[in-house]
Amino acid sequence: MKVLSSYQEGRLTLYLKGELDHHEAAAALGKISRTMDDYLPRDCVVDMEGLTFMDSSGIALILKIARLMAETGGRAWVENARNQPLKVIDASGIDRVINVSTKASL
Amino acid sequence: MKQLNYIKVEFPARSVNEGFARAAAAAFAAQMDPTLEELGDIRTAVSEAVTNAIVHAYPDRVGLVQLRLRILEGNVLEIMVRDRGRGIPDVKKAMEPMYTTGGEERSGMGFTIMGSFMDGLRVRSTVDKGTTVTMSKHIQVKANG
Repeated sequence: MKVLSSYQEGRLTLYLKGELDHHEAAAALGKISRTMDDYLPRDCVVDMEGLTFMDSSGIALILKIARLMAETGGRAWVENARNQPLKVIDASGIDRVINVSTKASL
Repeated sequence: MKQLNYIKVEFPARSVNEGFARAAAAAFAAQMDPTLEELGDIRTAVSEAVTNAIVHAYPDRVGLVQLRLRILEGNVLEIMVRDRGRGIPDVKKAMEPMYTTGGEERSGMGFTIMGSFMDGLRVRSTVDKGTTVTMSKHIQVKANG
């Protein structure tokens, strides 16, 4: 998988692309942590439009991002979740602790 | 139920094989003509069960993980993931949502997601002997035309 990012006016957007599983999660988290340290954003958006698959490793990653942001008083949320990744989010119930906006399924 | 077809695959418990296990399961299940959503459910459940084996079964060595898929009469897909590792002392507790003995990259939601995406989920485990996770899913038969 790939993690791309953009930063504008206090908001860091992380674009997750490809398949996110346990094998990919550690490297992704390392990159995300470094990017967050570089920018110290006020808000962090996890954009899932390019994510084609994720398992519960993705849930752990989202919760970790939310925790890192909460430590500095920031906010995190998920955008453009759809298809299989959205179904995993729904099954996990994490949308009760982090805001998730969806995109119409293709 | 009568078995119509099956595959059995064995691979070392290395995380790089998680993607392979998903792809192998999806390729085999394709002959049942599943919907994209059903295929996603199968890939997700396999990923969770195989990852559990890779993360938890063999703390001191790279053991083997066996993946078996069977097509049963009635358009039922059965998925079995087996390891010969250290086993789970308390299966009931391990299946509770958010319970994990893994690191920060684990959410403790694996069994919850397996149960949610499959119609049947059974876990048998013996300490120092290994763990077998068996899941089943009925694939909807599509109308012709």
